Amino acid sequence: MKYLFLLYDNEDAWDAAPEKERAEVIGAYMAYSEALRQSDAFIAAEPLDHSKQGKRVKRTGVQNGPFADGKEQVGGFYLIKANDLDEALDWAARCPCAGFGHVEVRPVWNIGE
Amino acid sequence: MSDARAIADEVARGSYGRLLAWLSSRTGDVAAAEDALADAFSAALEHWPRDGVPMSPEAWIITAARRKLIDQARRSATRANASPTLLLAAEEAEAKAGEDQPFPDERLKLLFICAHPAIDVNIRTPLMLQTVLGIDAARIASAFLTSPNAMSARLVRAKRKIKSAGIPFVAPAVEQLPDRISAVLEAIYAAFGAGWDAHGGDLTREAIYLAKLLTELTPNEAEAWGVLSLMCHAEARRDARRVKGEYIPLDQQNVELWDRNLIAIAENALARAWELNRIGRFQLEAAIQSAHAASRLSGRDVKDEIITLYKSLLHLAPSVGAEIGYAAALANVGKAQNALVILDAIAPPMVERHQPYWAVRARVLKLCGKNDDASVAFDRAIGLADDSAVRAYLIQSKTAP
Repeated sequence: MKYLFLLYDNEDAWDAAPEKERAEVIGAYMAYSEALRQSDAFIAAEPLDHSKQGKRVKRTGVQNGPFADGKEQVGGFYLIKANDLDEALDWAARCPCAGFGHVEVRPVWNIGE
Repeated sequence: MSDARAIADEVARGSYGRLLAWLSSRTGDVAAAEDALADAFSAALEHWPRDGVPMSPEAWIITAARRKLIDQARRSATRANASPTLLLAAEEAEAKAGEDQPFPDERLKLLFICAHPAIDVNIRTPLMLQTVLGIDAARIASAFLTSPNAMSARLVRAKRKIKSAGIPFVAPAVEQLPDRISAVLEAIYAAFGAGWDAHGGDLTREAIYLAKLLTELTPNEAEAWGVLSLMCHAEARRDARRVKGEYIPLDQQNVELWDRNLIAIAENALARAWELNRIGRFQLEAAIQSAHAASRLSGRDVKDEIITLYKSLLHLAPSVGAEIGYAAALANVGKAQNALVILDAIAPPMVERHQPYWAVRARVLKLCGKNDDASVAFDRAIGLADDSAVRAYLIQSKTAP
């Protein structure tokens, strides 16, 4: 099964964080990605640029981000492999983002099934 | 939690478990008994802290559950259920609850049912927490990092199985007792483990309650005292283990923050266990924790004692956790090379996602002077950590000289 993790966190807090703290968080993410790779669970992951760089496209036109009202915005994603939802949740709990934001776990819809 | 609330909670929990065990053992239907008692139990948790605990808590709950029981009895009568109806059992329970004698305690049978070999290992602990203590599925799910829906569905399936397979509410035969007790102990300890990881469930106190209950119901089981001792030692250090959100390892903890009351309970339980003269895995693990505590409290050198205890543990009940603990103990007496041999011998799939293994491995490699390998192992431990305080501690340790 494939699962998509959407990583929500507070962009303003990130912007305001001192360099040392940012380096630690980045290091934690790199270690997390590596742990996923070592367990053969990693498929893909990317951090996303600030949500204000986002654009929302509709037939009626293009809208500038940020879009949501909440403080937490999608700041990145992981696409992983896991045997079942419990295993995916176990990985999600280990994601650094679970400590300061939250991780939305979405099973990838397998159209073949 | 205020004292009045804590007392009311504890009595309500005790009464709930006793009534549920009694009703289920009469009808073989845990789910129906639960359904009947659920609202009454919630009402008790609401009223008792405010109005005080009633003289006969069981009678109070049964009376509160009466309407529900009558409804259920009607429904089961229309289904032409041949088993004794819940209402009959409830009437009997009500009569018993009104007597002067203590209400009969069938909770041991319920514990055995929950940890029955026919019940899937992974659902035993949740089943115990729900039936004996009345903890709701959502909270259990949170502690076990499972979705509430999935947890509810698994619990329902397990209860259906108890009913349909006719798993009997009887104490196991003498020859089966050691195995069956050990399944109960494992399930209780798993509740503690899930609480310890604290994904929000915080079940450690509940696990201790279950262990205390087991020592009351089976006072001659040394391992019941052992598991109680082990958990109380660990729980005693909870406040010292995390200060201002920072993770503090045992050797650096402020012992003033240790809960002396819990340590006393732990030491007393271990002494009770030793008296029974039947050594076991939990007693050894408790003895290791006891030695750690003594070392910090009295300055006694316990390093060799701990190594001996780990050797006995590995002999008696080999496990990956014991291997890792043994390796850490060896590293503490300057035998990092030997520790590394132990760690290398563990099959990689066993520890692929096991954070403590990588943390200990990293420290051992560093002591061996293998700094590059240590750095890789630290990263693995950091990547696997699910607790941000532990993660931060590992990041610090990685860069420390």
